Amino acid sequence: MLLIYCPYCEEERSELEFRNAGDAHIVRPANIAEISDEEFEEFFFLRQNPKGLFFERWRHIHGCGRFFNAARDTVSDRFYTTYKAGEPKPDVAAILNGEQDKGAAR
Amino acid sequence: MSAANRIAGAGRLTPARIARFTFDGRTLTALEGDTVASALLANGIHLVGRSFKYHRPRGILSAGAEEPNALLDVSRDAARRQPNVRATVQEVFDGMKVESQNRWPSLAFDVGGFNDLLSPFFAAGFYYKTFMWPKAAWHAIYEPFIRRAAGLGVAPTEADPDHYASRYAHCDVLVIGAGAAGLSAALAAAKAGAKVIVCDEQPEVGGALRYESGTTIDGKDGWDWAQAAAKTLAAMDNVTVLTRTTGFGYYNHNFVGLVERVTDHLPALDKALPRERLWQVRAKKVILANGSIERHMVFANNDRPGIMLASAGRTYLNHYGVAVGSKVGVYTAHDSAYEAAFDLKRAGVAVPAIVDCRDNPGEAVLAEARRLGIEVLTGHSVVNAGGKLRVNSISVARNGGGSARKIAVDALLVSAGWTPSVHLFSQSRGKVKFDAATQRFLPGTYLQDCLSIGACNGTDDLQATIDEALAAGELTARAAGAEGGAQVTLHGENAFSWTGGMIGAAEGAGPDTTVKAFIDFQHDVCAKDIRLAVREGMHSIEHIKRFTTNGMASDQGKLSNMHGLAIAAETLGKDIPQVGLTTFRQPYTPVTFGAIVNHSRGSLFDPARKTPIHAWEEAHGAEFEDVGNWKRAWFYPKVGEGMHEAVGRECRTVREVAGLFDASTLGKIEVVGPDAAQFLNLMYTNAWDTLKPGRCRYGIMLRDDGFVYDDGVVGRLAEDRFHVTTTTGGAPRVMHHMEDYLQTEFPHLKVWLTSTTEQWAVIAVQGPKAREIIAPLVEGIDLSNEAFPHMSVAEGKICGVPTRLFRMSFTGELGFEVNVPADYGQAVWEAIWERAEPMGACAYGTETMHVLRAEKGYIIVGQDTDGTLTPDDASLSWAVSKKKADFVGIRGLKRPDLVKDGRKQLVGLLTKDPKVVLEEGAQIVADPNQPKPMTMLGHVTSSYWSENCGRSIALAVVAGGRARLGQTLYVPMADRTIAVEVSDMVFFDKEGGRLHG
Repeated sequence: MLLIYCPYCEEERSELEFRNAGDAHIVRPANIAEISDEEFEEFFFLRQNPKGLFFERWRHIHGCGRFFNAARDTVSDRFYTTYKAGEPKPDVAAILNGEQDKGAAR
Repeated sequence: MSAANRIAGAGRLTPARIARFTFDGRTLTALEGDTVASALLANGIHLVGRSFKYHRPRGILSAGAEEPNALLDVSRDAARRQPNVRATVQEVFDGMKVESQNRWPSLAFDVGGFNDLLSPFFAAGFYYKTFMWPKAAWHAIYEPFIRRAAGLGVAPTEADPDHYASRYAHCDVLVIGAGAAGLSAALAAAKAGAKVIVCDEQPEVGGALRYESGTTIDGKDGWDWAQAAAKTLAAMDNVTVLTRTTGFGYYNHNFVGLVERVTDHLPALDKALPRERLWQVRAKKVILANGSIERHMVFANNDRPGIMLASAGRTYLNHYGVAVGSKVGVYTAHDSAYEAAFDLKRAGVAVPAIVDCRDNPGEAVLAEARRLGIEVLTGHSVVNAGGKLRVNSISVARNGGGSARKIAVDALLVSAGWTPSVHLFSQSRGKVKFDAATQRFLPGTYLQDCLSIGACNGTDDLQATIDEALAAGELTARAAGAEGGAQVTLHGENAFSWTGGMIGAAEGAGPDTTVKAFIDFQHDVCAKDIRLAVREGMHSIEHIKRFTTNGMASDQGKLSNMHGLAIAAETLGKDIPQVGLTTFRQPYTPVTFGAIVNHSRGSLFDPARKTPIHAWEEAHGAEFEDVGNWKRAWFYPKVGEGMHEAVGRECRTVREVAGLFDASTLGKIEVVGPDAAQFLNLMYTNAWDTLKPGRCRYGIMLRDDGFVYDDGVVGRLAEDRFHVTTTTGGAPRVMHHMEDYLQTEFPHLKVWLTSTTEQWAVIAVQGPKAREIIAPLVEGIDLSNEAFPHMSVAEGKICGVPTRLFRMSFTGELGFEVNVPADYGQAVWEAIWERAEPMGACAYGTETMHVLRAEKGYIIVGQDTDGTLTPDDASLSWAVSKKKADFVGIRGLKRPDLVKDGRKQLVGLLTKDPKVVLEEGAQIVADPNQPKPMTMLGHVTSSYWSENCGRSIALAVVAGGRARLGQTLYVPMADRTIAVEVSDMVFFDKEGGRLHG
């Protein structure tokens, strides 16, 4: 069971309190009524499902109720960071570099 | 009194404390603290079961959790019977009943044993080849036969009368395994001030110290030191010591499942205690001190009862005081087994020979064997074992050939060396690495915050283990934030240091042989089966595993995996790491369903939601149906009425007089704020800024792909306040959907959402007399058609209680929905009922509600729509605003697929024979004589007998449905084909005049 840090509650809580909400940083076009079929396909249907670093949304549904974003490794399930909705996407290189000195206790 | 093989003065059990139990009906004695295995061995019993496939006689192989053979049926009483219990783990209690399994008519004479003679037909993969045809025979003959013949125990028939407990725990350092390594680590971590949980699967701590004679720690005998260390730990406030507790699963982010066996060893059942306790531990750091598991030797007929692991022989002697035989041979590839011979010899048991397949064993053990006068045959192998129900001889030959010498034995202790228990490490998704020098997999790359110490980390020497453990305890405690305490130092000494070990088949069971040299005892997999699998084209270890079922039994290959891998590698001509290791998965050992299900059984399995009016409905004879977790009144049968009659009467009464319906389960969301109307404009297809306070509107919610997601009536109470209703089942996801858009796409809007589903009880009063029924009870609201027309909402009082009163209808009749605070729900219902009943009105349930709305062609989202219907498909285009610049779904609706001709559309169906009621879900075709597969046009979504129309009615989705009005279509059923005519969706009061009273 994952342990997830809610950036609003500023606490690590168990996965039981959260619900995953899919890919992060997919913006609904402001002019959505005018976009082409291809643009709509890109926005609504196409997802990368990457192996490794992944930016995703979570909702602390049985806590504060807020949606927030997380950078998680889909292989190890390690959370690199979580941050509030609306905050900019963190720099991938910085995330991966900062992670190297963490790891097992020894 | 004392059982035959109990050796006076040996072991740690108290001779005076006797427990009685039965084995296959025979009463036997045991000592308190015995396992079933040690008690049976004390009574000279080795034969305890028949094997899975060949029904070969089997004995006790181990003294621990890895046991593959000795699986027994253990019961306390009729309801407390458990099959497949490992005799080596289960402690004996007075009055226990033990039965052997998988044998008929008896253990010694088993008819199924003929399978052993037929074994050439039962080679690996035989299921896949032998039982291929005829196809029909699989279900009828093969599967039932195989299931009966190849089996473990029989499942209990009675419900489990015990209860189970569950506990969440948090700690700085969780230590799994309390042998020398685990205890040392726990001491170091605890003294540093960390909050520590240390657990062990055994009834007492000590691990390998249970059998290792001649080991000292801090000058004390190893076992005594362990017990003292546990006492020291248990006395500390920051430490929890759990015995009989298995760490069975290592999950994400240092979440570890432990199961504590609380009562299974107690002679008198204390009903206040749970049978087992599930611990769900979140640890900052985990220390894995799981130890290692001894492997058996792979040679011909190595499964004879009486052949067991050397460490098991030592455990039974040194801990339980039981000699496993009177003439005990040893066959080994590792020095550790010599110590078993020494212990037995010193206890007065004859040891005819130590057979060592190596040419050069450790010099220290060799010297001690000589000193004790035990014959050692180095460079020799056991090439066969004799004796059917118990081993009675071994055939020993010099490696490389030569004649065999037969040695009489009544037990044989074997050791091929030790496999580090990397199970939990592997479960934590750490990557193991192969150490070629010692031929074993060891923890390599860590993914989670844990450390392996001692034997499971490949550390063999006692002092090295202790030093590693103390360092790990201290390091993890500090890393978890502990700041106190003194350092711990400990000094440990072994009697002998060990070398050796082999994996794979021994001499005489090599590639050119066809002997039965077992690798996996529980699944009857032999060395030759692995070779056969490779010959038949299985080259991946995952394929070999599945083809042979090696390692797939309930012991999960604790003994067999390495042997199987080595033989596969040899046959493939590859190195072991190239062939790879199968993945270890949770649980480490079998866990009861009781522990996992825990409190979630019976009514606690899934909570029932009841409306505030539930008690009245129950008292008035309602039948209930489950809608999600809700219990909803379904219909109210009078004496002598079935469902059909009751629903017919309710339907008629509502249209002729009136009816009361409990609509409390409807989802309700309060949408408040200066931008509330703008927000609803985005969430629903309709326009909300034009809705005046005091008015309601039916709204449709889409997803961005354009498909109908939910619907409901929304009332505007004030400029900035809306009362939104959703479908009963859709309430939570609609709330989630709204919050999602509000928080992430439209965060600039000043709107607050509150779920109010449970705050309001909702009483629908529907029918021509609805107004007359409620009018005298209502204060402050003019109910006339002029002041309060259809689709109005007002706040006032009813029966003196605040109400939000809606004039709306899901029946097509004049109707009101009375919302009152939930606590007043039943009182207001009763007051309304008191007026309604004398007028001839009825209470009606969900079935009647369904029929009445279908008569009017009102859809139910989720029944008449299925996530692939657009508003237009459901004939609801009128509810989609053409003027708005944006709403969720606006772009999706324009997708080419959603606007093309021939889409499935919702229409009405009238059967040609008005008495025939269609089946919901039935398929619809144009040509009933078309050869199969027929072109299916759609399916029936709703279908009822309509008492008010005097005929059956149905709704259906049909390709190009609205263009087919008047067409005859067909519904093919198993026994007949039903002709139907396509109609519009309104069957009753097509003009809709009744709505307006």
